[in-house]
Amino acid sequence: MSVKALKPYDFPAKDARENFPAPLLFIGWEDHLMFCAPIALPLPADTPFGAVGPGVLPGTYGYHPDFAKIDWNKVEWLKSGKPWKPDLAKSLADNGLKHKDVIRFRTPGLNGINGSCN
Amino acid sequence: MDTPVLKKKLGLKERYAAMTRGLAWDTTYQPMDKVFPYDKYEGIKIHDWDKWEDPFRLTMDAYWKYQGEKEKKLYAVIEAFAQNNGQTGVADARYVNALKLFLTGVTPLEYYAYRGFAHVGRQFTGAGARVACQMQSIDELRHYQTETHALSHYNKYFNGLHSPKHMFDRVWYLSVPKSFFEDAYTGGPFEFLTAVSFSFEYVLTNLLFVPFMSGAAHNGDMSTVTFGFSAQSDESRHMTLGIECIKFMLEQDPANVPIVQGWIDKWFWRGYRLLSIVAMMQDYFLPKKVMSWRESWEMYVEENGAALFKDLARYGIRTPKGWVQACEGKNHISHQTFATFYNYNAAAPIHTFVPSAEDMAWLTEKYPETFDKYYRPRWDFWQEQAKQGNRFYQKTLPMLCQTCQIPMLFTEPGDATKIAYRETDYKGDKYHFCSDHCKEIFENEPEKYVQAWLPPQQIYQGHCFKEGVDPTAEGFDPLLAVLDYYNLNFGRDNLDFEGSEDQKNFAAWNGESTEGAQK
Repeated sequence: MSVKALKPYDFPAKDARENFPAPLLFIGWEDHLMFCAPIALPLPADTPFGAVGPGVLPGTYGYHPDFAKIDWNKVEWLKSGKPWKPDLAKSLADNGLKHKDVIRFRTPGLNGINGSCN
Repeated sequence: MDTPVLKKKLGLKERYAAMTRGLAWDTTYQPMDKVFPYDKYEGIKIHDWDKWEDPFRLTMDAYWKYQGEKEKKLYAVIEAFAQNNGQTGVADARYVNALKLFLTGVTPLEYYAYRGFAHVGRQFTGAGARVACQMQSIDELRHYQTETHALSHYNKYFNGLHSPKHMFDRVWYLSVPKSFFEDAYTGGPFEFLTAVSFSFEYVLTNLLFVPFMSGAAHNGDMSTVTFGFSAQSDESRHMTLGIECIKFMLEQDPANVPIVQGWIDKWFWRGYRLLSIVAMMQDYFLPKKVMSWRESWEMYVEENGAALFKDLARYGIRTPKGWVQACEGKNHISHQTFATFYNYNAAAPIHTFVPSAEDMAWLTEKYPETFDKYYRPRWDFWQEQAKQGNRFYQKTLPMLCQTCQIPMLFTEPGDATKIAYRETDYKGDKYHFCSDHCKEIFENEPEKYVQAWLPPQQIYQGHCFKEGVDPTAEGFDPLLAVLDYYNLNFGRDNLDFEGSEDQKNFAAWNGESTEGAQK
């Protein structure tokens, strides 16, 4: 369906890729709802995927006691909700990540404060 | 004698007709369709505008007189409240956060409503509908003014109330009410009435006004109670307009039914999402509790709403699509929303706090299935950390729903441990949503929602710094620059209630006034 309008209705998307300094990536940590929502970060496309967990996320998730215990080689990833196996050595772009993609990670065994998903 | 004797005075009914529909005429220099171009393109078919039942039955002269009397009473109370330093008599300074939320998030909507009704009050072909909308337009402007005046007294004593209009156009959480109303008034006139008069005013408004006003009454804020009553008597007229408009559309043509149903589905969900902040206010901001969000939801929506939709069933209207999910949300949304403000309190001009032991016991009692299981553990942890001087502030910007613009904080239906993620592709880009309903709203009008001004995205695009700010300068702090753009004073208007100037001042005033009473 589309907008009903009296005149042609065509306006640019506000969040097109070219409006950002780097592609936007959405990231969520499953089972840790102390962090109320997933986050949004502009990350250069040539960032190595392996740098995201240990390099980018501490500022966001380091507050949680589970975070320091994460073994990034054992983390399970989801892309658009589906299981996904990124290559940690390759860049974000080479892993197929595009502007406004959403990825999530699960840390089995680390399920929030006393396993409460908080 | 041939000259007929003219009656000096018109009867009430004639007078009413003369002062409303009698003021309208059919144009002849230009075709009516050209003079009223907006009320056909939405697809609503109207065969006979004379069938429109005028819901207000007020003429403008009576309106002025009636409202003028209400204003006199209201301003007398506001004045007395100020003279008696009423602000020192509220239950606790935490209560004032409810007013901050109201002034920044609700009062500007009254202004938007005024503009919206002024617009449709020009655009309907039927004079009855035009007059009703014009009258409501003036009501809304009055509400905007009286709320601003009533709350301006608090601005002298508490932080965060100084820039509501400026903040409304900029601060992250205010894009939720702002985009809600901009979505409504950029629709056609019939959609606007369905959105605002019916879905919001008729179905949901009690959930907005009753908690705020009874909350004010319970917490010693007679000034707010008075403006609430003053506005509430208008709300009942507005609700009548909402139901009349819906019935009129449904009775005029069967082809209108699916269009109206689509709008009801959309605007019930949009309104429900918007009310998340009211849910939070009710369960967390009132030091003296009135009733829980869940109880209000059951009373005003599940009971009253069910009866309404049963009544509308004879036109072929069913309950809104998001109904079941919204009813499930009654156990969760206040907790999830308050936790979000606790996360992002560095960027909001209110004070959040860890609920007291007593408050948490109340939450356990009111939410026996959900509070202890899902929400208490995070509060226990945050409290422990705060005691050690490690209060939690989330500093990374959140991902938002493209439609309701709320951070993606809502959980899956049936599983409160999983954030709900939905997405769709449109013209080569991805768009994300908090729920099936927000996704469907987008998919029905993607051209509209791709234009959404989402605060995190706008910050990353560099649009949320004051003019002349250089983000490449050495030592540039983006958070402080954004707060400056918001007109938010860091350390005064934001951060935890514990240790805030509001808390200290209030304690000092009360100490002084107790001493004064003893002398």
